[in-house]
Amino acid sequence: MIEIKGITQTFNTGKTNQVTAIDNVSLNIEQDEFVVIVGANGSGKTTLLNLIAGNLSPNKGTIVIEGNDVTRLPEYSRSKWIARIFQNPLSGTAGDLSIIDNFRLAAIRTKPKGLFIGKDAAFSKLVKEQIATLNMGLEDKIEQPIGTLSGGQRQALTLLMSVMDECKILLLDEPTAALDPKSAANVMGIANNLIKEYKLTAILVTHNLKDAVNYGSRVIQMGEGAVLKDIIGPEKQQLKQSELFDWFG
Amino acid sequence: MDFYLTALIQGLCFAGIAFGIYISMKIFNIPDITTDGSYALGGVVTGAMLTHNQPGYLIFPAVILAGALAGALTGFIHTKLKINALLAGILVMTALYSINLTILGRSNVPLLSMPNLFTLINLTTNVNQNSLFILAAFVVGITLIIGYLLKTDFGIAMRATGNSEQMIRALGVNTDRMKIIGLAIANALTALSGYLIAQQQGFADISMGIGIVIVGLGSVIIAETIINWRQITSVWLSLILVLAGAIIFQFVLAFTLSIGVDANLLKLVTAVFVLLIVGLPRLASRKA
Repeated sequence: MIEIKGITQTFNTGKTNQVTAIDNVSLNIEQDEFVVIVGANGSGKTTLLNLIAGNLSPNKGTIVIEGNDVTRLPEYSRSKWIARIFQNPLSGTAGDLSIIDNFRLAAIRTKPKGLFIGKDAAFSKLVKEQIATLNMGLEDKIEQPIGTLSGGQRQALTLLMSVMDECKILLLDEPTAALDPKSAANVMGIANNLIKEYKLTAILVTHNLKDAVNYGSRVIQMGEGAVLKDIIGPEKQQLKQSELFDWFG
Repeated sequence: MDFYLTALIQGLCFAGIAFGIYISMKIFNIPDITTDGSYALGGVVTGAMLTHNQPGYLIFPAVILAGALAGALTGFIHTKLKINALLAGILVMTALYSINLTILGRSNVPLLSMPNLFTLINLTTNVNQNSLFILAAFVVGITLIIGYLLKTDFGIAMRATGNSEQMIRALGVNTDRMKIIGLAIANALTALSGYLIAQQQGFADISMGIGIVIVGLGSVIIAETIINWRQITSVWLSLILVLAGAIIFQFVLAFTLSIGVDANLLKLVTAVFVLLIVGLPRLASRKA
């Protein structure tokens, strides 16, 4: 699904504060795989995610998605495969726009945004039905600006928005870091269900080692811009939280 | 009474500039100073084409195109060359001054004797009332077009671009292109105000745009004060308020003149008035 070959990303090249955030990383992510990436701050996790999403273009190496070389494609062109959930709940939604407007945009993520009104009664009904599955009581508030909701609610809606249009890859960048423990657990639960239901290839970057144990089919530890550990299959399922803690010892 | 009728007519003429600033400032969050230049550009294109006996159906699209080009240029400089939006606008505005002078040929051209938009149809013999009817129809048309645009998928994407750039890029929108188109629309609307004013006042002047951005800002700020106060989310209502803002603004100026304030002080009064509408709600909310 995603083939990463020898990518390197350097910031501030040639200056005294030069940093190699990603150092010659190669990685193959299969379809339907749910990869959890852990690692200390500055280990390159988020940079790797940004390279896959297309906010950054690597200095070296190639990124191939479903056989298409996307290395030089900008973020907005990669959106036909990729949906993203950001660490900051404010980033994944447009706060001044109503819930339904946000959903409308998400529903045409892979399509052109044309000069006709797509927000009709049938669409409202669809959005209401989708939102009702969250059991948050938000289905009657779809005309309300999404900015009036709590971070947890916004993050849950952003997750739902990602599957409003055809989605193959879901990138989650510490989606629960800004949430209280209860909302965080709820959001992770929703994410896990959607990934299974829609058979998404997912990459989760997290600092929460409990989530790294409970979710995903593969766990990768990054450090200093390289892949340190890569555990997959039955071995991943048997991985204990204490073992993960030892990685950081 | 005629005094206020003139103010109403002026207010309607300035609807374009108010919508333009609403789009650049409120929707895209970009302070766009191209306005002064593109407003005069609309006026001088109208003046030059009228004096060359061009038909009205050519003048209108030419004005829209000229304004859109000016806006697109600012947008291009801002997004592709990564130059601060304020500076990009100032650069284009400055350049437009020379371009406007070249288009018009001299600094001022009278248009009084020429047939124009306001002599197109004669509904009444009263010139001002006739202008009012034509303008009202014109402005209603523009409002409907913008309102519709903002309701479309493209319009929602436009609104999201100014609100959450990161989100809308992840949803497949080229935000640079969106900003260029947005500034083109905003400045086309601004040029439209220049087009209307030149015909309404009967002359085109290359300095007609100096300080005009405040008219748009003032109108939008009046509207915004009410929008925030009543927590209005409807696109249509917001547009109507912006339009009302443009008219209220002209009424305040007309009132100021009618109580005998020196016309030379008009810009000072304008600035103080805008300061008051911006400042008072903030002072009031601090007390509360």
